[in-house]
Amino acid sequence: MTVSSIVESLRLVFTLVGRQFALYKSYWRWEAVWTLYTLANALAVGFLGRGIEPVTGAAVDQQKFITYLMIGSLVWGYIAGLFWEVASTVSWERWEGTIEYTFMAPVPRVIHLVGICVWAMIYGVARTAILLVGISLFFHLDLGQASLWAAVGVLAASTFAFVGVAMMVAVMPLFSPEKGSQMIGIVEAVLLMLSGVYYPISVLPGWMQVLAKVSPATYTLQGMRTALGVGEMADLAVMIVVLLLQGAILVPLGALVFRIAETHAKRTGKLARAG
Amino acid sequence: MSEAVVLEDVTKVFVRTQQSKDGRGRLLRRRRKQRRRVVDHVSLAIDRGEIVGILGPNGSGKSTLVRMIATLLLPDEGTLRVFDRDVVKEAAAVKRMINRVAADASFFRNLSVMQNLAYSARLYGMRAGQVRERVERILDELGFPGRRLSDQVRRLSRGMQQKVAIARAFLTSPVLLLLDEPTTGLDPRSKRDVHQFIVRIREAHDATVLLTTHDMEEADKLCDRIMIIHRGSSVAVGTPAELKARCRTEDALPTMEDVFLTLAGHSLDADDEEEDTDDSE
Repeated sequence: MTVSSIVESLRLVFTLVGRQFALYKSYWRWEAVWTLYTLANALAVGFLGRGIEPVTGAAVDQQKFITYLMIGSLVWGYIAGLFWEVASTVSWERWEGTIEYTFMAPVPRVIHLVGICVWAMIYGVARTAILLVGISLFFHLDLGQASLWAAVGVLAASTFAFVGVAMMVAVMPLFSPEKGSQMIGIVEAVLLMLSGVYYPISVLPGWMQVLAKVSPATYTLQGMRTALGVGEMADLAVMIVVLLLQGAILVPLGALVFRIAETHAKRTGKLARAG
Repeated sequence: MSEAVVLEDVTKVFVRTQQSKDGRGRLLRRRRKQRRRVVDHVSLAIDRGEIVGILGPNGSGKSTLVRMIATLLLPDEGTLRVFDRDVVKEAAAVKRMINRVAADASFFRNLSVMQNLAYSARLYGMRAGQVRERVERILDELGFPGRRLSDQVRRLSRGMQQKVAIARAFLTSPVLLLLDEPTTGLDPRSKRDVHQFIVRIREAHDATVLLTTHDMEEADKLCDRIMIIHRGSSVAVGTPAELKARCRTEDALPTMEDVFLTLAGHSLDADDEEEDTDDSE
């Protein structure tokens, strides 16, 4: 790879990031509503934590429990946002009617996907920061033991694995234009259930715990809680290594699956068909 | 003269799933797969700088053929070459040489005309500084008012959107321009602007143009040669004069409509069934 081709690739990535920014800006009212919806969900979980004592009558370390839940909400907010952005690569362009134009442009598919992923990360961080501010207005988060750099490291390491999974889910509309995009929600719900977002995975049935150990979200949440000093402590280095290994497998696998799906869509004429 | 496009025995088949009507309940009915040749062993060579029209009714395979050249569909049989590059094996190289205008102008509707065009230009490697001046010049040639450059695309009329789509395609200086029914639904004035622009492109920029249409007057007026396509098969290829001469009667020189009716045995107004995709889930 020459310097000029790297520069050209970076230019294309920023073009795609710029496009996404312009699009989100043009739909800013919907984004505001979506962010409020996510915040409302997170706050509802927080109030659940506040209600545990009056409901059960048992003495609980409420502060610790709420912090545990809110870390789950924030991390899940980032993961779900990132996942949604990447997984909607095809369905969004189908909805806009631009998919054929984008797929016809002389942009390597990997660069196309990297551009979407970079935007997803930037937007995910910005949205999580807004959520954090919103949550802080209602709940005091006890983060006295927190290591911010460790948390950033875990989140960064986890990004690759989620991008890989999202690439694989993004192709569903290419196989089934009518129902494919609904798969994004289904995969997201399964990850949410299995990965210990609001509870330790030890409360799951045995067979679910086996599945949870495959989910990158499990290691992200354990790693984040360890970095922020809340909940069961895990070996941070192990969490980061596992996440990086998952990313190293899932990103090329995601790109391969996307390529296979694109070829299938071009063979069957499903690229442009509206869902 | 070198060849810009060479199609050899190109075939595309789509699969349709049909439920047999054997009196069973809907869930128990047998499903039968039916294969339909949408493009059937089509061969065509287009010289550099030519304007070639593909004339046929809706569903005759015109758009499927253009989509294959545009790397958006893979052929089942045959080969397609653009300036000696294989469309399937060297898709990346082909993509750099072509651009396409479809009947439905596909844009990010909430973005402005300028944002859409600048984005497209950057995808094709143009620098930001070059874009504005070039956009204004091309749109001016197409009769698009410059004051509407910052309007959102969704606020433009269909005719204006189509002019922007043509500007977008030409902005990237393609050596092969694929125009897939570019004037469908346009008012007569917009249609005339587009026709004049296509002729100017060829004269000033040495571009090759492949145009699909079911407008016979358009094909007659613009094209150096016309291929008549019917139910996926090429029925005839020639200059408008040659095709008319083939169908000439003692009484008068036929119109392109007469030519189509004689050679295809079918009226252009009667649509074939539209089918440009498998329907399996």
